[in-house]
Amino acid sequence: MTLDPQLILDSLPLIAQGLGITLKLLLYSALFGIGLAIITLVMRISGRWYLSWPAQVYIYFFRGTPILVQIFIIYYGLPQFGFIRGSILWPILREPFACCVIALGLNSGAYVSEILRGGVLGVDKGLTEAGKALGLSSPQRFIYITAPIAIRLSLPAYSNEFISTLKATALASTVTLMDVTGVARTLVSQTYAPYEIFIAAAILYLAFAWISYVALAWLEARASRYVKKGN
Amino acid sequence: MSGAQPVIVLDKVCKNFGAFRALINVSLSVSKGEKLVVCGPSGSGKSTMIRCINRLEEHDGGHIIVNGHELTKDSRNIDAVRREVGMVFQNFNLFPHLTVIKNLMLAPRLVRHKNKDEARAVAMKYLERVRIPNQADKYPSQLSGGQQQRVAIARALCMNPEIMLFDEPTSALDPEMIAEVLDVMTDLARDGMTMVCVTHEMGFARSVADKIVFMDAGEIVEAATPEAFFTKPQTERARQFLSQILAH
Repeated sequence: MTLDPQLILDSLPLIAQGLGITLKLLLYSALFGIGLAIITLVMRISGRWYLSWPAQVYIYFFRGTPILVQIFIIYYGLPQFGFIRGSILWPILREPFACCVIALGLNSGAYVSEILRGGVLGVDKGLTEAGKALGLSSPQRFIYITAPIAIRLSLPAYSNEFISTLKATALASTVTLMDVTGVARTLVSQTYAPYEIFIAAAILYLAFAWISYVALAWLEARASRYVKKGN
Repeated sequence: MSGAQPVIVLDKVCKNFGAFRALINVSLSVSKGEKLVVCGPSGSGKSTMIRCINRLEEHDGGHIIVNGHELTKDSRNIDAVRREVGMVFQNFNLFPHLTVIKNLMLAPRLVRHKNKDEARAVAMKYLERVRIPNQADKYPSQLSGGQQQRVAIARALCMNPEIMLFDEPTSALDPEMIAEVLDVMTDLARDGMTMVCVTHEMGFARSVADKIVFMDAGEIVEAATPEAFFTKPQTERARQFLSQILAH
């Protein structure tokens, strides 16, 4: 079997048509995930069991099950319930795109929440004490002292999580979405040339992952501009 | 200063960390304008005691009254005390993500609800007072330890406190930077600030303190004027401590 480089080049622009959906999936689920992560983080560090426990159950469930299973449960599983088909959420839940954003967002939220918690735990306790001594309230200390530092500490790990979510968007092709992988699969069924087509898809993912790395590294450098070099 | 109104009163204060008794029936009072220096071997409870005064530690027994507010679980009293008491820490604890001027402006803006210009004017005034107005736009990591500690002092002063607490303010500094911090503290003392300082700087204690409290194993062992404490310590433990610390 030989590899046809020309086919790779020819299929790139076709597969790139799926890039729009892949990017939308990534951005929506990343934003949704960050929102969820902040809510669960606050619930976890609230010190109140009735807030902390649900957050921990959520994190445990979504970190402990495959994303593909989560997508299937949301896309195929939820419509089994009559009350969901009758609810105002049905127009959203019947769309595969929305189901994928929900699944990917819930998943990413669970991971990002833990990443942020690590960041919060990494903030020097002395800084919180200085805030207390100055008379700052607990929410003020969190917003103005803990959060900005925790975000900087979380960025390297978040960068990994963002790339993971990018790659996880490929699972959307299993529920009929025409993202990069979805388009690639369709092309394979037409050309019977899985090597070339999937290599072309991989090139697109790599290119976008590289752009993400660079962007997040820039963000990290900017967030760390106050940190002494060499420390 | 005796006879003046006491602004800090500790009455039989106890504090335990698990089975460890960090403070045992500690009683003392500080009058307005008085300078109290607290010394003693490490682990003697000095830091715990000073941290109880603005409730960074919760005491388990006894009473603490600061400026007429008794420290209890009531958060209104805690807030009131913290607004009137400034604190300087051993490790400076400057906010690393904020420039010097923003470190100084944060609490006046959030707690005193000053507008930006007011807060900046107050911040510059105190930066000049600690003699580093030209460092206003730098980040703490760009300053030397001595400069950072002076910024920390200015940050506390921006809240216009009636009382200043110093928890070993020079212990993390290189020797050549200790003097610049002590100079600022001496200025502050001359201006009549009520001060409680945990420190090993006996020269500072001798020249500035109205009263020295010597602690050991969670108890106040001796409380005397610097003159009496340095020349005629009453207890064996104090004598031992002084001979160790003054040996060099």
